[in-house]
Amino acid sequence: MTSRKKRRITLLGLGLMALAGATALVLTAFNDHITFFYGPSEVYANQVPEDRYFRMGGLVAEGSFKEVGDATVTFEVTDGANAVPVRYRGLLPDLFREGQGVVTQGRMNGEGVFIAEEVLARHDENYMPSEVSEALKRGGQWKGEGIENGAVDSSY
Amino acid sequence: MSSEAATQPSGSRSLHRFANPGRFLRLADAVLPWVAAATILTLGAGIIWALFFTPPDYQQGQTVKIMYVHVPSAWMAMFAYTTVAAASAAALIWRHPVADIAAHAASPIGAGFTFLALATGSLWGKPMWGTWWVWDARLTSVLVLFFLYIGHMAIANAFEDAGRGRRAAAILALVGVINVPIIKFSVDWWHTLHQPASVSQIGAPAIHSSMLWPLLITALGFKLFFVTVLLLRMKSDILAVRIKTLRMMSLGER
Repeated sequence: MTSRKKRRITLLGLGLMALAGATALVLTAFNDHITFFYGPSEVYANQVPEDRYFRMGGLVAEGSFKEVGDATVTFEVTDGANAVPVRYRGLLPDLFREGQGVVTQGRMNGEGVFIAEEVLARHDENYMPSEVSEALKRGGQWKGEGIENGAVDSSY
Repeated sequence: MSSEAATQPSGSRSLHRFANPGRFLRLADAVLPWVAAATILTLGAGIIWALFFTPPDYQQGQTVKIMYVHVPSAWMAMFAYTTVAAASAAALIWRHPVADIAAHAASPIGAGFTFLALATGSLWGKPMWGTWWVWDARLTSVLVLFFLYIGHMAIANAFEDAGRGRRAAAILALVGVINVPIIKFSVDWWHTLHQPASVSQIGAPAIHSSMLWPLLITALGFKLFFVTVLLLRMKSDILAVRIKTLRMMSLGER
């Protein structure tokens, strides 16, 4: 290999390393802005922007969903450790159900209730035929939808 | 195939053999019919299996079938970009004409895959999430990938001197390669609306085998499709350069 080619390789290598370093710094600095939603624990720890709109995501807590009339629903969003009550008026997406992932947008009212203006369903990474999920439920081997996810899945 | 295996041990020197456009053309002609046949077989089998013989998902119902096109497109969008970047690096370092041609032949194919991934993702997002689009880290970084492809194609033709344009495009391709790991790990590094990976997890994939196999076959079909179209495009690029050279020569003789 000639020295010119070696020099080009070194130059490219150093350039890419510098670029990777700079990108890592920028992404770390903007971490709070890149995150799409905050979890209920972050809401409790007051790490969310105060008095502003933000998104909160987690699982819809089992048994927390209530229709309170006038197309308004209340439910709790949980990450296993903490749960935040949510009030929402509007249409819910097809995938919305208890134990499923959800991302809500809105703001906290003074009484610790999150007033949502938009509710999106969040699908998890599990894909399974209906027959298999039914068989698992019958056999008591069911591990999805809320039972295990809420406590173990760290992605919320 | 056998010639490729024989050249492997002798390292980078033997790779230089393929840098010769004439030799590349002969190799491409020998390989193309086989790759094309394999593409039709795997892609056909994969798509038919995925669309007609896979079970509905326990949550998504039939909408899950979008996944069989979306996931291979997204994989290939990243793979094609890595190819563009690797070929650009080889073109910059060794000034290989074939590497340069490969980078520019791969770029529009990759842009096509990226568009397909974005479009199918959007179609899935509306019924499942309740929105066509959100600016989360995964979706945004893939949109950036699409713009990188467009930029790579545009910048190559933006200079009067074709050589300078191609070098500028190669540098853009290398700068943009930083986006590939960002796309891959965006779902792990930040909270996103997009779900984390189902297949690349260490251990058992989070996708049932009756859905995983047709997905993998379709993905193989997508990859073979990429190789076929890449070889065809590279061939036509080399031939176009030859025709141009011959024209110039015949004009000079007159």
